Amino acid sequence: MIKGTVTGLGKMGLSHAAIVSAHQKVDMVAVCDTSSLVLNAFNKFSKVKTYTDYQKMIDGEKPDFVVIATPTKFHYPMVKYALENGVHVFCEKPFTLTTRQGDELTELASRKGLVNQVGFHNHFIGTFRELRRLLGENVLGELVHFSGEAYGPVVTREKGSTWRSNSSEGGGCLYDYASHVINLIQEIIGRPQKIKGTLLKSIYSKGVEDAVFSLLQLESGLTGTLLVNWSDETYRKMSTSLTVQGKNGKIICDATEIKIYLKKAVPSEKLEKGWTIKYITDFAIPVDFYLRGEEYSAQIDSFVDCVDKKQQPQYNTFEQAKYTDAVIEMILEDAKK
Amino acid sequence: MEKVLFGDNQFFAVNHLSDEKSRAQSIRFKDDSSIIRVLDQSISLGINTFMCTTHDRIANICEHIRQNPGGYKNYKIYPCMPYAHKYANAVTELGIAGTIKKYVPGNIFGTFAKGGMAYLNKDFVKLMELLVDAEMKMFTGISTPVIFIQNVLVDLILGLKMYDVFAAYDSYIRKKYNSEPGYITMNMPALVDALNVVGIENPVICSSINKIGFRMAGGKEIYEKYLREKEFRPIAMQVLAAGALQPREAIEYIARFPKIESVLFGASTKAHIEETKNLIEANLF
Repeated sequence: MIKGTVTGLGKMGLSHAAIVSAHQKVDMVAVCDTSSLVLNAFNKFSKVKTYTDYQKMIDGEKPDFVVIATPTKFHYPMVKYALENGVHVFCEKPFTLTTRQGDELTELASRKGLVNQVGFHNHFIGTFRELRRLLGENVLGELVHFSGEAYGPVVTREKGSTWRSNSSEGGGCLYDYASHVINLIQEIIGRPQKIKGTLLKSIYSKGVEDAVFSLLQLESGLTGTLLVNWSDETYRKMSTSLTVQGKNGKIICDATEIKIYLKKAVPSEKLEKGWTIKYITDFAIPVDFYLRGEEYSAQIDSFVDCVDKKQQPQYNTFEQAKYTDAVIEMILEDAKK
Repeated sequence: MEKVLFGDNQFFAVNHLSDEKSRAQSIRFKDDSSIIRVLDQSISLGINTFMCTTHDRIANICEHIRQNPGGYKNYKIYPCMPYAHKYANAVTELGIAGTIKKYVPGNIFGTFAKGGMAYLNKDFVKLMELLVDAEMKMFTGISTPVIFIQNVLVDLILGLKMYDVFAAYDSYIRKKYNSEPGYITMNMPALVDALNVVGIENPVICSSINKIGFRMAGGKEIYEKYLREKEFRPIAMQVLAAGALQPREAIEYIARFPKIESVLFGASTKAHIEETKNLIEANLF
């Protein structure tokens, strides 16, 4: 059995812990958090060992891997300690607070030959994979525009502060919400290289932005928009989409469906002229354990598989996550202009 | 349990296939009266069980039922708790301890005076009971023969292998509410095994069961094996696989498993409700 551990038992951490624990190839040996309430629950109802000191957990358990789901400012020291001790790392997004830290961790993981993955789970949703594949097959012809969007009801009134309302700790809509969209744009359409204008808007929060509107230019020269707002309660939960327009049509893709409009049919893909709608039911990635969405299990399955086979993941490496952090830095820089 | 259970996803903008449709639903069911109208239509077609989440708006529906007892004589509600987004958003904002403080009924901290949190910190079963009571409050005076835990919570506990929590829930629901405990899950075979481990026999389990294996973790084959061989009381949901299947072929698949006691479905129009109900009754049982 592969020995797994989880640190940071908030919403994402508990969800990861359940998925790791249910994994047939993994023995979840320990968890770590500072909340006595959560740890007491583990002590009472499960056989998993509990720690309040992360380093002691790594030293004491010598696990094969650790899942790090603590607030962003702790990612750098925790990832570093794990890598220095030869432990494979799955880290929540966003990766780190500065690209300098990200560079160092990427280099360290590569030098040690350790599996490294970051939790940009949208890449494990079948519709987004299909979009990437269709763009690879060039069904839209020459691309002319894209739009990456995410909306949801995270901050819908003025209220007290947590680490999420502090931008220097990785709070705010840009780090938390927009990072998902930037990462999708970057891996599916192309890497943003230049920011041509930015609006960061605080709606209810003090000190951080609740909405990010930015104009991006990719390496290819293609330009498009990033439109993200986490203070929009017309959405029941986070809703993320990519729209790509080409000279031969348009694709609108979200977590549940992919809508394709073509001016000319693409017979090799059996795509007719006009609209074709495809649903997630055709693309969902099969999983052995389900909690909140196939993508959360599928990303851990992929990570565990890489640890097992000692190979690097195809999706969401530190290097890719670091690039997303770099784009966030570029946007912040641009917003100051 | 009745053969046909009416669900509530359509009322609360839950659509697993399309964000656009979910928005249209949210516009259509803006008023409680529009929900009540569809419920009344389902009753007129002979569906007497409403299986619903403990969403804030359900409290208003319950109030309507209490105010108009004549129209809901044999009506039953199967509550499904908790309404997960409420807690998930609170955990992001307040952390786990903060969420408990927010949702445990106010007097609890009075009751346990100084050591409210410290007390709960040791007695998780008591905490669970308090949260169940808080969620159940809206159903006072309404028949609730089966009380479910939502899949997010069931599957979290299942994954963490904290099976004793199921045992505590099971005994509390029987003792306090004189109801049958039910479990919603996306991992039916694993849950059947886990409940058996803690001595829960023949449990009511609601899970996705459909011809294309959608949201059936572990795969269709093991689901089919459990539906044939294991002792439990299955309720099938997502039988249309979020709309990917035609009603007839979907129901014909369900009919292959005589053990399935009920089918849960939701619809927004009388014609749709009638069509699905007739199909279920013609093919099942």
